[in-house]
This record gives sequence, C-alpha cells and structure tokens, in this order.
Amino acid sequence: MNAPAAPLDVLMSTPALVARQINTYYGLSHILRNVDFYVMPQETVGLLGRNGMGKTTLLRTLMGLVRPKNGRITLNGIDITGRRPSAVARAGLALVPEDRGVFPNLTVKENLTFAARPCRDGAAGWTLDRIFELFPRLAERRSHWGNQLSGGEQKMLAIGRALMTNPDIMLLDEATEGLAPKIRDEIWETVRQIRAAGIAAVVVDKNLDDLLALTDRNVVLTKGEVVFDGSTADLKADPAFIQHHLGV
Amino acid sequence: MELILIQILNGLQYGLLIFLAASGLTLVFGILGIINLSHGSFYMLGAYLALTLTSYTGDIFLALLIGIPLAFAFGALVEWLFIRHLYDRDHLQQVLLTFALILIFNDLQRIIWGTYPHSVPVPSYLDASVQLSDVLSYPVYRLAVAGFCIFLALCMVYIIQYTRIGQMIRAGESNREMVEVLGIDSRWLFRFVFAAGVSLAAAAGAIAAPIESVYPGIGEPILIISFVVVVIGGIGSVKGAFFGSLLIGLADAFGKVFLPEFASVVVYALMAAVLIVSPGGLFGRA
Repeated sequence: MNAPAAPLDVLMSTPALVARQINTYYGLSHILRNVDFYVMPQETVGLLGRNGMGKTTLLRTLMGLVRPKNGRITLNGIDITGRRPSAVARAGLALVPEDRGVFPNLTVKENLTFAARPCRDGAAGWTLDRIFELFPRLAERRSHWGNQLSGGEQKMLAIGRALMTNPDIMLLDEATEGLAPKIRDEIWETVRQIRAAGIAAVVVDKNLDDLLALTDRNVVLTKGEVVFDGSTADLKADPAFIQHHLGV
Repeated sequence: MELILIQILNGLQYGLLIFLAASGLTLVFGILGIINLSHGSFYMLGAYLALTLTSYTGDIFLALLIGIPLAFAFGALVEWLFIRHLYDRDHLQQVLLTFALILIFNDLQRIIWGTYPHSVPVPSYLDASVQLSDVLSYPVYRLAVAGFCIFLALCMVYIIQYTRIGQMIRAGESNREMVEVLGIDSRWLFRFVFAAGVSLAAAAGAIAAPIESVYPGIGEPILIISFVVVVIGGIGSVKGAFFGSLLIGLADAFGKVFLPEFASVVVYALMAAVLIVSPGGLFGRA
C-alpha cells in the first residue's frame, strides 16, 4: 500500500532542508558530486542507491559529521554548512545511524533522556511516556543497559532517542538493516507514525518495497551523483531504471 | 598485628589520594583521548595553592574551598589555550605538547614560589593522633585526608551516575560522535571534563601538602603512579581507578615494609600481573 502523498500546501511550501551543489571528499576520494537535495516539511524522502554510492556520506554531510568541500546546506532557512553536528542537531536535524550508536553504559531511560530537548516552537513534543507508548518493549526494559538490548530494541532506542530531541527532520540510515522480519515491520510502522506526527524524514533502506510504500519522493544516488529525484509513482513506473540503478 | 593495621591504613590513605589524581587522568584519557603528561603539574599546582592560600586563611580546608574552583578555572583555561588543539591529533603530538606544558609549569612554579621546599601546617584541630594500641598511634590528619578523598569520590560517583552531566560524560566515554549528533556541544563537555580532572589532581596535591613537604617537581612521581593506576583499572574507568588506586596504595605500603629492597618494583610487578590476566585492565575494555 502506498503512503498518501503529502498535502498540496506542504508541497508548495519552502523546503525545510536544502543542500546545493554538495561535493564531499574522504581524503582524495570524491564521494558526493554536485549533489542537490531537499526535503519539504513533513515529507518522507527515500534515499536509494547501491552500496558505496554515497547515501551514508550524504546523511553524514547533512548532519555536519563530514564537512563538504563546497556547496551550501540550509535548514529552515539557516545556513548550517560546516557547522558542528551539535549545532545542526539543535537547529532541528536528527540522525539515527546505521550502527544505532546506542550508549552501552547508559540505561534505556538514560539513553532517552540525557539529550532530550523540548520543541523549539513550544508545542507539546515527544516525551518519555510517549516514546514508551510508541515502543512498549523499551518501557519494559527501561532499566536495562544499552548493551543488554537486542539489535531491534537498539534500533527502537536510537529512533526514540532521536525523537526525544524533537527534530523537524529525521535521517534514518539503514532503517531495518539486519533486523528480523517481525521487528522490521515494527520499525516501518514507527516510521509511519513519525510521518503521521508531521516529522519529515529521509530514510535509507535496502528493502525497496517496504520503503517505497511510505515515501513521498525518492532520490537515487549512483557514484555520488543524483540520477533520479521524483515521486514514488514515477520511480515505480520505470522498472528498467530500478533494475539498472538499484537491482542487485 | 598493629603493624599490619598501620600498613592497611597507610595503604588505603595513599591509595585514596592517588585515586583523586588518577580519576582525573583516566577521565581525560578515556573521554578526551588525550595522554596528558602535564597532569602531575596540576597536582603540584594544588600543593602550591595550598601553601599560598593556607598562609592567608590559616586552614587547609578553607584553602581547598578556594583552591579547587581556582584550579577548575585554570584547567578550563589550559584546555582552551592548548588541549583543545590536540583532539584530532595523534598521541605523539599530545605527548610533545603536554611535556612542553610540564616544562612551562615547572618554570612558572620556580618564578612564583622559588626552589626551596616548604611545609604546610596541619590544622590545629586535627593535629593529634588516635591511639591504636599501647605503642602505636595514627595521625588524625591522615584519617581526615582519607575521609576527604572518600567524600570527593562519593561526590564523583553521584555526579557520574545520577546527574545529566554525568550521563553526558559516560556517553562521551563510549561514543563521542553520537553525543555531538544528539546536540551536545562536546567542546564544553570536554572543557568541563578536563577542568574537573585538573581540580581533582589539584585537590589531591593540596590535601597532601601538610603530609609531605611542598617542593618543585612534587607532581612527577604522582603522574607516573597515576598512569600505572589508569592502566591497572582500565582506561576511562573511574571505578577501575578507584580499585586500582587502593591496590597500588596497599601494594606500596606493604612492599615498603615487607620487601624494602623491591619496594619500588612492587607496583610495576602488580601492573604487569594485571595486564597478563586482563589486558584491558580490571574494568576496562579489552
């Protein structure tokens, strides 16, 4: 089932995140090449591409973990190019990394609360109770250490922890990588709930069918370049392109 | 029996004192990734601050009350001036810069306080001994030093376990990048940790000043023994530093009495033994 497209007024509004002509290097390796990327408010964007095509590098560049050699990134109209990840996070971006980044020496509750921030606009945001409602498993394990959780629980914790910073946009890298099918379904359901809560998201995942079922728009990277940027319907309508750029 | 009791008391008191210095070193090493050879200089700073401030206040504990915040501020300044430039550099550059700091601090000490040894008076209300037996007694001030160290250790446990800054410190210990990604400016966290490490070393130097005389280079032996403690306890582990310090304190006290010819070797032999059994230290990551 396709997710409903974002409302027209949302699509006509100003993008929340804009990256223009981004070039990122690791040493001498040119990873991202003149990448243009944007995310509208409340939009769910799929970031697709084979392994090593630059998806994670793009997320890390947006988050400020890697400094682009040139290009400009704005978040809610504020230039965040080259700013520290902490400043980018406080401006409204949150990253759920592929390796989850759960702190093993903090309890589940501590992982969730120690970096929590209220909504910047004063609205009722994500609270510990709301996260425990979203992930009842975490509520049961609130006193467990981070390293006592299963992979799926760690992913839930990483998502919950990102939500506790009340972001405008969430970047989910390899959202369901390495998880059991049942847990994968739970994570996709969570992404749907994040979408329903009005939080924009950029989702990277190898499971194309599940991912395309909930994205409004998709961007395909090949060798660090954007080779497709369009609606889910447009992407699905071109099986040859999918096979060429995303097929295993 | 009394001899053993005395050695246990001496060992615990010395171990607790080392713990104050070593806990700062292990936090700085574990969280900031900095090998800080100048850590002993901050122990020396504490001793000389105790000398100067006690001459004004007349009481070592009042001197500590003023000296610890001063050392914290000095530590923050040193981090801002020098240490922050080392975070992305290799260990060789860290060692070179912090060794240079030792030379600078030693010269500053000589310019400000001179080269003569000094003594710091024990407060009159603690200048007494507890009778342990008909022939053996133990100075009350040494017991007060142990009590003060335990008090600071408990404060540290409380801060690390039950406060938000403590959670940030623990998080930074395991994944610095993720702390920053969650919106916490690691520059301020690192500055706080370094300054806290400096003030802990200075507190150790200050509280020990009335026990040993205050002289140039007083921090160097403490630096070496603190590194031994960090290795034994496990890099970055405050709990490891605590038990490692007590172990070293007791080994040193008993070694001096029962193996006087090998006294200086005992602690290093202990370190080697721990590393063979547990290469990551008692509470460290292997």
